[in-house]
Amino acid sequence: MGEYETPEMDDYAKTPELAPCSMAHSQPFIAAPNHQEDLGFPGELVDNWQEKAIEKFGELLTKYRSLRVYMDGCVKCGACTDKCHYFLGTGDPKNMPVARQDLMRKVYRRYFTFAGKYFPWLVGAEDLTKEVLDEWYTYFHQCSQCRRCSVYCPYGIDTAEISMAAREIMDHIGQGQKYCNEIIGKVHVLGNNLGLPAKALRATLDDLEEDIFDDIEVEVKLPLDVKGADVLLVTPSADFFAEPHIDGLIGYAKVFHQSNTSWTLSSYASEAANFAMFIGSYDQMKQIAERIRKAAQDLGVKRIVVGECGHAWRVAYNFWNTLAGPFDFLDQSVPSPMHITEFTYKLIEEGKLKLDKSQNDHMTLTFHDSCNVARASRIGDDPGGQFFYPRAVIKAVCNNYIDMAPDTIHEHTYCCGGGGGLLTDDLMELRVKGAKPRMEALNQVTENNGVTHMAAICAICKSQFSKVMPKYGFEMDGVVSVHQLVSNAIVIEPDEVEEDEEEADNNGPSDEQIEEREEA
Amino acid sequence: MLTTIYAILFYVATLIFVGGLAYKIRTYFVTPAPLKIATTPAPTTTGGVVFRMAREVALFESLFKSNKWIWLFGYVFHAALALVIIRHLRYFIEPVWTWVVLAQPFGIYAGLAMVGALAGLWFRRFAVDRVRYISGLSDHLMLAMLIAIGVSGLAMKFVSKTDIVAVKAFTMGLVTFDWQPLPTHPALLIHLGLVALLMIIFPFSKLLHAPGVFFSPTRNQVDNPREKRHLAPWAAKLETKAGE
Repeated sequence: MGEYETPEMDDYAKTPELAPCSMAHSQPFIAAPNHQEDLGFPGELVDNWQEKAIEKFGELLTKYRSLRVYMDGCVKCGACTDKCHYFLGTGDPKNMPVARQDLMRKVYRRYFTFAGKYFPWLVGAEDLTKEVLDEWYTYFHQCSQCRRCSVYCPYGIDTAEISMAAREIMDHIGQGQKYCNEIIGKVHVLGNNLGLPAKALRATLDDLEEDIFDDIEVEVKLPLDVKGADVLLVTPSADFFAEPHIDGLIGYAKVFHQSNTSWTLSSYASEAANFAMFIGSYDQMKQIAERIRKAAQDLGVKRIVVGECGHAWRVAYNFWNTLAGPFDFLDQSVPSPMHITEFTYKLIEEGKLKLDKSQNDHMTLTFHDSCNVARASRIGDDPGGQFFYPRAVIKAVCNNYIDMAPDTIHEHTYCCGGGGGLLTDDLMELRVKGAKPRMEALNQVTENNGVTHMAAICAICKSQFSKVMPKYGFEMDGVVSVHQLVSNAIVIEPDEVEEDEEEADNNGPSDEQIEEREEA
Repeated sequence: MLTTIYAILFYVATLIFVGGLAYKIRTYFVTPAPLKIATTPAPTTTGGVVFRMAREVALFESLFKSNKWIWLFGYVFHAALALVIIRHLRYFIEPVWTWVVLAQPFGIYAGLAMVGALAGLWFRRFAVDRVRYISGLSDHLMLAMLIAIGVSGLAMKFVSKTDIVAVKAFTMGLVTFDWQPLPTHPALLIHLGLVALLMIIFPFSKLLHAPGVFFSPTRNQVDNPREKRHLAPWAAKLETKAGE
């Protein structure tokens, strides 16, 4: 990866000049053989890769209606051409959604359509050569699967579906991406993306409990593997160690504490993330989702709440029931999984949380709708709840809130630039440039409305923003967790300690429990 | 001779159009959508999905959100095409239904609007660098063909009239398998030849967007994944927890 410059911020709606091939050099590291083989994929590019790729492509065409219909349906109208944040940030025309799709469509036409077999020159059909495969690897790893293009497409063509299929084909011929596949391997072995074993997780939670006590002189617990708890919290593992994620975790804990909710984390399923979605693997995604079901059954919880994570919420909300359902063993009177912002907001409405909004008066907030929450899932009972609940929570705990420009929020939101399995240092140039549209929208409210912080409900967004915001001249801690704001505002009096003391003794697994887990 | 060629051409074209389209639609129908992938906010009921799809098909709602110029040209073209097709129904029914009679003058204006809108769409393919980049030979030829169909049709109205009574005898003859001579008017021959070509390439081209949109999972799925378990047949075979 060569030198690159952080783009200058423009007015947020400006469409760049075409800069052909300007991102042709950007590729993530290829997965090592052991990362591939752990997931049942060939270690390296197989000899008959072309034949295998076409075979897999054909299989996917019979398994996914989306792929089948989207390969045929595009009329090249141009509606999506200025919608992708990576195109807006780089100007590379192959980052226009339709051009990205066409990398796959030209191969589809060549091998699977009459016109492409007999008149390739007429319809732009091409053989799957090494150059084309190389292009696939490059540009299907410049799609964060954020689905912004799909909102504007008159046929709903979703480039995410196409990039997932392309990645699945590449995995099956031995050209997987290191970042995603290595992480998926860790989840299978250790239960979370970080590879954090149960004991280390408990130790981390102990440290956090101490930190909270030092801060507010109240024992707020972070229970792990508590059998019979009411609520299983499944949250991204970044919440255990990264900033500002961890402040969000503290926020959840305080909410549970003050509402006297019996809750637990699980060391077996200590990860909400499901990176298998990014590589389009139904099978891997199912295995990862089944951990959650098993954890919920083993712990005997009544309901599942999911922490602040974008793609994880998409998988949880949309796919868990399909992949690992039915969740009929849970309390059926409330929807499971429930998003943490809905959980918290309902408590706020019921008056169960004591809040002092002025604790956040040093900030003026805006909210970044995470793509997978905004366009690929829902929070609460009504369409659009995914926009309402996070804002409702923020407004309940903060006095100063301003939305960014209307065409950059809600379903029109821009990706942070790091989603879809691209949150890796080997793609830093892409991440920085892809963040440009969001940074411009943020800059606008910073200059016009004095916004100081941007809240998010996605672990990837938070990690991405803390890394790229400084490049655009914002503070690194300019991105905050929504539950960090809740944590700031929630007033927990020391006298509440007494009643929780007994419960607290049960928190945390015994050593035997931990060993059991590790053996499993 | 010419009559025979055109008659056979239209039978072949109709067979390919209907057969090809039926095959494609069947393929879309039998291919499962294993996961819930509606673009949200999405309707939570089937009625809501029907309404969403109706807005998409009748108003091009998503396109309107995207780009007002493409929407304008695209919408005018499709609406005008619909009117033009209604106008042409008179060649296939006898006696002509009243509402088709009433629609006749609108069909003429629509013909002009259709060609104008197509010209606008084609202009964009040259003038906007992004759209120029994504336009292939077939995209240009498709527009050229549609414009040629429109212009040759309009030419018979405004430049050199053909014997439409004889044309109707020909088309009705096709329908009733009782062939009647086709007038040898150049504009008519071009017009009919290109229409037949359009029908033939329909099932092999991007014109499949017409049936395809109804099968687009991002638009036709109900947003109820937690309430109702969604399981594709091939995914059901992966279930290991049977009997649990």
